[in-house]
Amino acid sequence: MPFGPLPAAVPPSWYLTLSAILFALGVLGFLLRRNIITVFMSIELMLNAVNLSFVTFSYVLKRVDGHIFSFFVMVVAAAEAAVGLAIILTVFKNRQTLEIDEVSTLKN
Amino acid sequence: MQLWLIPVLPLLGFLLNGLFGKRLSKPAINAIAVGSVVMSFLWVVKTLSGLGAFSGGLEETYKEHTYTWIQSGTLNISVDFAIDRLTAVMLMVVTGVGALIHIYAVGYMAHEGGYYRFFAYLNLFMFFMLILVLGANFLLLFVGWEGVGLCSYLLIGFYFLEKFATDAGNKAFIVNRIGDFGFALAIFLVGNHFGTLDFQTVFAQIKTMPVEASAGLFTAISLLLLVGATGKSAQIPLYVWLPDAMAGPTPVSALIHAATMVTAGVYMIARTSQIYLHSPWALDIVAIVGLTTAFVAATIGLAQNDIKKVFAYSTVSQLGYMFVGLGVGAFSAGIFHLMTHAFFKALLFLGAGSVIHACSGEQDMRHMGGLRKYIPITMVTLLCGSLAIAGFPFLSGAASKDLILEAAYEHAPWMYWVGVFTAGMTAFYVFRAFFLTFFGEYKGKPASGHGHDDPGHGSHGSTHESTPHESPAVMWIPLVILAALSLGGGFINIPHFLEPLFPAQEGEPARWLEYVATAAGLAGIGIAYLFYVVSPSLPESLASSFTGLYNLIYNKYFVDEFYDATVVEPVVDGSRQLLWRMADMRVIDGAANGIGTTARGIGGILRRAQSGYIRSYAAWILAGSILAIAYIGFMGAAR
Repeated sequence: MPFGPLPAAVPPSWYLTLSAILFALGVLGFLLRRNIITVFMSIELMLNAVNLSFVTFSYVLKRVDGHIFSFFVMVVAAAEAAVGLAIILTVFKNRQTLEIDEVSTLKN
Repeated sequence: MQLWLIPVLPLLGFLLNGLFGKRLSKPAINAIAVGSVVMSFLWVVKTLSGLGAFSGGLEETYKEHTYTWIQSGTLNISVDFAIDRLTAVMLMVVTGVGALIHIYAVGYMAHEGGYYRFFAYLNLFMFFMLILVLGANFLLLFVGWEGVGLCSYLLIGFYFLEKFATDAGNKAFIVNRIGDFGFALAIFLVGNHFGTLDFQTVFAQIKTMPVEASAGLFTAISLLLLVGATGKSAQIPLYVWLPDAMAGPTPVSALIHAATMVTAGVYMIARTSQIYLHSPWALDIVAIVGLTTAFVAATIGLAQNDIKKVFAYSTVSQLGYMFVGLGVGAFSAGIFHLMTHAFFKALLFLGAGSVIHACSGEQDMRHMGGLRKYIPITMVTLLCGSLAIAGFPFLSGAASKDLILEAAYEHAPWMYWVGVFTAGMTAFYVFRAFFLTFFGEYKGKPASGHGHDDPGHGSHGSTHESTPHESPAVMWIPLVILAALSLGGGFINIPHFLEPLFPAQEGEPARWLEYVATAAGLAGIGIAYLFYVVSPSLPESLASSFTGLYNLIYNKYFVDEFYDATVVEPVVDGSRQLLWRMADMRVIDGAANGIGTTARGIGGILRRAQSGYIRSYAAWILAGSILAIAYIGFMGAAR
């Protein structure tokens, strides 16, 4: 029995705390970093932090909804990565920069 | 009986010519335009003979339901067509004279631009006129009424490149709006009090209503209807548009502004005679309006030099006679005069058109003269028409005019005397026109100058010889038919025919009334002969010895100037200052601009949030979500 209930298991609150820390890191990264790719990775970080909460709650509540949700999030994240990287490539091609504040044509 | 075919045939002609006329050849346009009206006429004849109108039948109204037009609550308005003897007379006049004028127009308009447009409008006019005559309720009558007004406007302004023509069209349309306003109010009153607009139902209800208690209502309706009638039938105070309407082509003047449309007011009053008979006061006003108009228009006609203007004022004057007939209760005499007038006035106008055609567009009688050598057929037919309108014994005009005058004498002798005097003036100015045109020496300008005095007809000039020429057969054959009708039309006993609708008046009028009226007409002819053939210098010396009076008449009593000063200018100024500068520019534009400025200002503040920096958006989102979560947490804690 490879995956038995662990004695003295890690309590769910730890997972949630980790998730919150990861999410906060993602937010900070998004707000503070200027490189578009870093910002992009921060988004991925936030998504996965949320995934972690989903799975944790799914485990605590003994329901599969959370698992399903996290799969959805992964699918979306994959799609987003494809589109987002393409956009980043195009931006770099056109502007020769990855500075996020340089890309502000839509202001006002 | 398929009554709907009568108006729909000209409508088809209008649609065909109006939509495809540009691509059709002239013979095709002629065939459609004239054919549709002639077929309509034949259908009228067939319908009437089927109903026995020619053999003493048709004593009751024959009505046909086509479809329900408006159904709202208890109000039910159908497109119903009805024929009684009054309608029968009108139908024969409208389609018969209309067909003749259409044929004439083929010759008259042959060289004009916009040929198909002209005939399309003319057919549309026939459609609306027939709707007006056939309609079995007030609303349908009103539809026709407005429709003929529209066509009148379109055809007066037919030469739309000329400013005076479009101005005249506008004038006719706007003056008629005033009248139509009264008519519309009358219809609302009828609908309000009777709950229906159907003629038969309304008149049946009136018969059972108490006379004294409802006199006020009937007087109000009658007077409002009269306002409408004065507009359409060119009576004082709204007659001013008709003389200007002569800016249209001559067949239009003959058909619309002499024979048919302008008599719509007379027809409408005769149609609603049941209402008028309950309001003697309103009838008196009708008679007085008619008599004043007849007299005033006749005096103006004395001093006009444009041949069409003379006949225009003559039309106004003759319409006044019809109103006198209606007003003194002799409805059948009024309708009789309507019919004979349609014959001889259409003839006079078409004859005048033929004269103008002969003189290559000249309309001023002072530049005509001596035309009897050149255009004998026109002269003979015009003589018939002039004799008829002058009241020459046994001719159509005398028969109907004497009936009206006799009825006026029964009503009030002074009306008779004014009418007789007016008849004398009528004979004078019509024969003045006749003598000026056909007698004396030809005073036309040499070859180079023709056509310029009448821009409307000017395009003609270059295609013709400078000497006057007789019109083609397509023009003089209708003239001959109308001349025959003018001579013999008096023997069609319309008053007897209309007896089921308008009972004959009792008592035989005194013979001398007729003799005096005839004498007045003959005297008028004699004086005209004396003035314009025997001693042509006499009128000028008369005019110079009565300068003030002559100028007053020559300038049409300055009525146009008076209306300009009292009505037109204030309305224009008020519209410009108050409605345009104040209401439109300040209030309405101000409100619209103010809303725009406000929206811009708010936008100017809000757009600062749109920095274009993704991270600032993210910070806003973060702040927002923190706020939201804090709120939820706080509320959760409070619960």
